[in-house]
Amino acid sequence: MAAHTSQSVAKAAGGETGPDTGPAARGRSRRTDNRNRPGLKRALATHWYAWAMITPVVLVLGVIIGWPLVRGVYLSLTDATERNVSRTIGANHIEATYEFIGLDNYADVLADPVFLQRLVWTVLWTVACVSITFALGLGLATVLNREFRGRSAYRMALILPWAVPGFVSVFAWRFLFNRDNGILNKILEGGGISAVPWLDDPTWAKIAVISVNVWLGVPFMMVALLGGMQSIPGELYEAAEMDGATPWQRFRHITLPGLRTVSMTVILLSTIWTFNMFPVIFLLTRGGPGDSTEILVTQAFREAFVSSPRDFAVSATWGVLILLLLTMFALVYRRSLRKQGEVW
Amino acid sequence: MRRGIAATALVAALALAATACGGDTKDGGNSGAKADGELSGTVTWWDTSNDAEKASFQKIAEAFTAKHPKVTVKYVNVPYGDAQNKVKNAFSSGSEAPDVIRADVGWVADFASLGYLAEVPADTAKKVDADFLPQAAASGKFEGKTYAVPQVIDTMGLFYNKKMLADAGVEPPKTLEEVKTAAAAIKAKTGKAGLYLRGDDSYWFLPLIYGEGGDLVDAKTKTVTVDNAAGVKAFKTARDLVTSGAAITNATDGWANMQTAFKSGEAAMMINGPWAVADSYAGDQFKDKANLGIAPVPAGSVKAGAPQGGHDLAVYAGSKNIAAANAFVDYMTSQEVQVQSAKELSLLPTRTAAYEQPEVKASEMVQFFKPAVDKAVERAWIPENGSLFAPLQVEYTKAITGASSPEDAAKAAGVEFRKILKGWK
Repeated sequence: MAAHTSQSVAKAAGGETGPDTGPAARGRSRRTDNRNRPGLKRALATHWYAWAMITPVVLVLGVIIGWPLVRGVYLSLTDATERNVSRTIGANHIEATYEFIGLDNYADVLADPVFLQRLVWTVLWTVACVSITFALGLGLATVLNREFRGRSAYRMALILPWAVPGFVSVFAWRFLFNRDNGILNKILEGGGISAVPWLDDPTWAKIAVISVNVWLGVPFMMVALLGGMQSIPGELYEAAEMDGATPWQRFRHITLPGLRTVSMTVILLSTIWTFNMFPVIFLLTRGGPGDSTEILVTQAFREAFVSSPRDFAVSATWGVLILLLLTMFALVYRRSLRKQGEVW
Repeated sequence: MRRGIAATALVAALALAATACGGDTKDGGNSGAKADGELSGTVTWWDTSNDAEKASFQKIAEAFTAKHPKVTVKYVNVPYGDAQNKVKNAFSSGSEAPDVIRADVGWVADFASLGYLAEVPADTAKKVDADFLPQAAASGKFEGKTYAVPQVIDTMGLFYNKKMLADAGVEPPKTLEEVKTAAAAIKAKTGKAGLYLRGDDSYWFLPLIYGEGGDLVDAKTKTVTVDNAAGVKAFKTARDLVTSGAAITNATDGWANMQTAFKSGEAAMMINGPWAVADSYAGDQFKDKANLGIAPVPAGSVKAGAPQGGHDLAVYAGSKNIAAANAFVDYMTSQEVQVQSAKELSLLPTRTAAYEQPEVKASEMVQFFKPAVDKAVERAWIPENGSLFAPLQVEYTKAITGASSPEDAAKAAGVEFRKILKGWK
């Protein structure tokens, strides 16, 4: 009985996840499509267990992701603000008076030079953070992949930033960066170097936010890459060593190709996270000094929550644009991977 | 089988989460006035006072229970910087919203225009008109109705370290030009900075723009004035104070850095309001309270001017316990309480009669600030008032850090203001 159930669930799960599980699953789902109703009926009959299992997930995702998404897209096509949406506060009841205005919000946002400025810095910030994080993570993983005394202690220490809640780290860094009373500047002054305006100068502030984000992101990269390295069979290295390959050659021709699947995934994830990394920017600089470190998501927050009345429509527009940008990036990324022969 | 277990566990977890949410209902204690007229329930008060003031306010607020034993006061301190946002979030969602808030005078019209505030009872409104300072009472009104009772009123002055100025042989400066000469003397004598100019809060920009005879907006003619000649001059003055070395500033953590610099003697002067007095006294330099001097804000090229500010108490329209909340506001704005906060925290009462009390008369700070408040520049009480500071902040910081020229900063601020004030010139 147990064996039977587990098999049917596995099959159903394979059918559900579709293209992601490779050619076999894809082939079968195509067949199911061709048979139309009877096929669907049969699929339901065979896999009812799986359907029943995923229903709660689908429902929950629909409620917590699908509905807000649809609502957000709809709001971006209206002129809804805090003033004209319907609300009931105690005895005060206010009717909704906002209207459908089509794509006007998109035209306004895209025509505003602010959007382009934020986009340029957001892309720069993402590329800088992801590449530095990846390089450091790879370097540390390589070091930690060797056998040496106290290896696990080092691993623990390097994973620590990940264990500390993000906002705690960011506030700690904010204290360190404080120009007048921060430790970093006290150390510099002790060494006779004049204080650096970490968060008060646009360029330094950009360096500061990138370095904090790298600090937060390295543990994840390192752990993921370390896992990837350990899954590379040791025989490959032995064989290469027998053939007289130098360490660098082994790294280039065994480690890097072996890490490819893992690194592609972590780079994609890390890109999406960094692109939308609200807390680091907001808590460290609030987008400042001025607006020099404002990225797209913090700007969307500003539109929605800082000025009054809160402009729901424009903020939703920013949100939809951000989503579109990320979707486009993911599609292009996936296509380029497929060209390289990755099954992904 | 493993997947099956995981799915079951997920369903179970969801069910648990659902029940947990369902169980989170209000305590039901907010029943308001009982048939016999005795107040009961809980009044949640969100206070925005700073670290040096909050203990005193918490004590005062909780003493309300002595008058109304069946009412529990829940005191919550919300840092001022985040408060406007937090209050709006709470008010618009209705969950966990406070019954009473301490609102900056600039927020009242905004909150009232959005329908978040309950009107004050008729007899309180009458009292506000009769017993309170008229300029404080004006801040609690929106479209002719009263939505808030003034709790404290304030304006800004030049705080100075008497000893440091005496050591450098300078008098408290009356104009920004004199600030620069004084700063040079202080730097030459002690190596410390003359003035700390707060760079991360555009409220501190107001004395500079008033000093040039300008203002942010002119509500009567519906004109944005931040980018006129006086506005540009004000941005120039701010930049000049920093580049000339007369003032030090920060673009982040300005409040903490300013207070630290002033209290430890790293800076001899700062522009600040009565809310900073209690905190300043806690510093090394002011162990002897007499060392803290206050003068009117230094004049720009036209005049000296500081904004009139302060805080009002307002009741949330969706409060389940409006009767008790109103009674709490009455208590918190009563003469006794105002006299107490004047004595303990050097805050300025809003009731005219409070100034006749001996404790208030004895407070040197109050005696200084009262005439200053009388002359302070009243801001336009429009709903957008509070929103103007965010874009102004961006440009103000850009101007003082040199990221953009004073002309560009003024121009950009004007563009942003007109986005907020739709249809204004």
